[in-house]
Amino acid sequence: MSEHIMSSKLYYGIWIALMCLTAITAAVSFIDLGPFNTIVALVIATFKALLVVLFFMHVKYTSEKMTKAVIVSAIFWLFILLALSLADYTTRLLS
Amino acid sequence: MSDSPVAVETHTPELRHHFASAEQQRDASTFGMWLFLATEIMFFGGMFCAYLIYRFWYFNEFAAGSRSIDIWLGAINTAVLICSSLTVALGVRAAQMGKRKLLVALLLITMVFGLAFLGIKGIEWYQKFEEHHIPGNSFNVDDIIHDYPQIHIDPRHEQIFFSLYFAMTGLHALHMIIGVGIFTFLTYKAWKGAYSPSYYTPVEVGGLYWHFVDIVWIYLFPLLYLIDRKPLR
Repeated sequence: MSEHIMSSKLYYGIWIALMCLTAITAAVSFIDLGPFNTIVALVIATFKALLVVLFFMHVKYTSEKMTKAVIVSAIFWLFILLALSLADYTTRLLS
Repeated sequence: MSDSPVAVETHTPELRHHFASAEQQRDASTFGMWLFLATEIMFFGGMFCAYLIYRFWYFNEFAAGSRSIDIWLGAINTAVLICSSLTVALGVRAAQMGKRKLLVALLLITMVFGLAFLGIKGIEWYQKFEEHHIPGNSFNVDDIIHDYPQIHIDPRHEQIFFSLYFAMTGLHALHMIIGVGIFTFLTYKAWKGAYSPSYYTPVEVGGLYWHFVDIVWIYLFPLLYLIDRKPLR
């Protein structure tokens, strides 16, 4: 896959960013934002996951398009699972 | 023979005969790992989906249950896993540069972080055991009901929260244990000098697995510990 050797400075930078985001998400959870607590927590988690996938897992530097196709498909399948299941269960009480 | 793409490649011992080149072999291995990780996303996705649905139905019980687990131990464990992901990434880099001793050291540090995570997780589970919050015959959440007189809490629904909590953290911990096993193997092979700048695919692929388990925790932490931390009304 990636022959590209990343600089260790970049790895340390990503690590600091991940640690800061962890501290931020833990601190924000104590503030009452109403329904936005969940959204903020999940947006920060997704951003952290993105940093791990792109840099630690080298996806940003891979030339292999199949890897990206697998990742996009996996996220799409997960979306189908969550969207269709929640569309059913969250609307049952309405009838 | 010289026009065959297989024959022109210099045959290193690591290169299996059914691959045309070392690059193709590496691409096939990492691609296979990503396919496996796609199935893992669906595996954990099912449990995340169950958690979201039950939280929607039994919001009070899930909020109260979530507040009863220790946010600081959860946050420390998140930090431990992020540190372990850093040492994995630096380990792959050491393998790419052919630094054998550095690679072995980083793999060992990764395992120490992994075991520290499991130890902290064990402390959390033991607290829950002492509080009788583990689903089963001795399950008892009178303490949680007492803490939140302003909301109605059904112990049966509280049990669903704790069942999901133990299923999700338990399966994640199982993945961590398997990860430590994989890294024990990698450390042994690295010590023997099996990896070089031209062949380090097992380190890369094992690293992908470790990072994935880290990402699962990155989502478990907010969903189980954080999103219901604000004051209950």
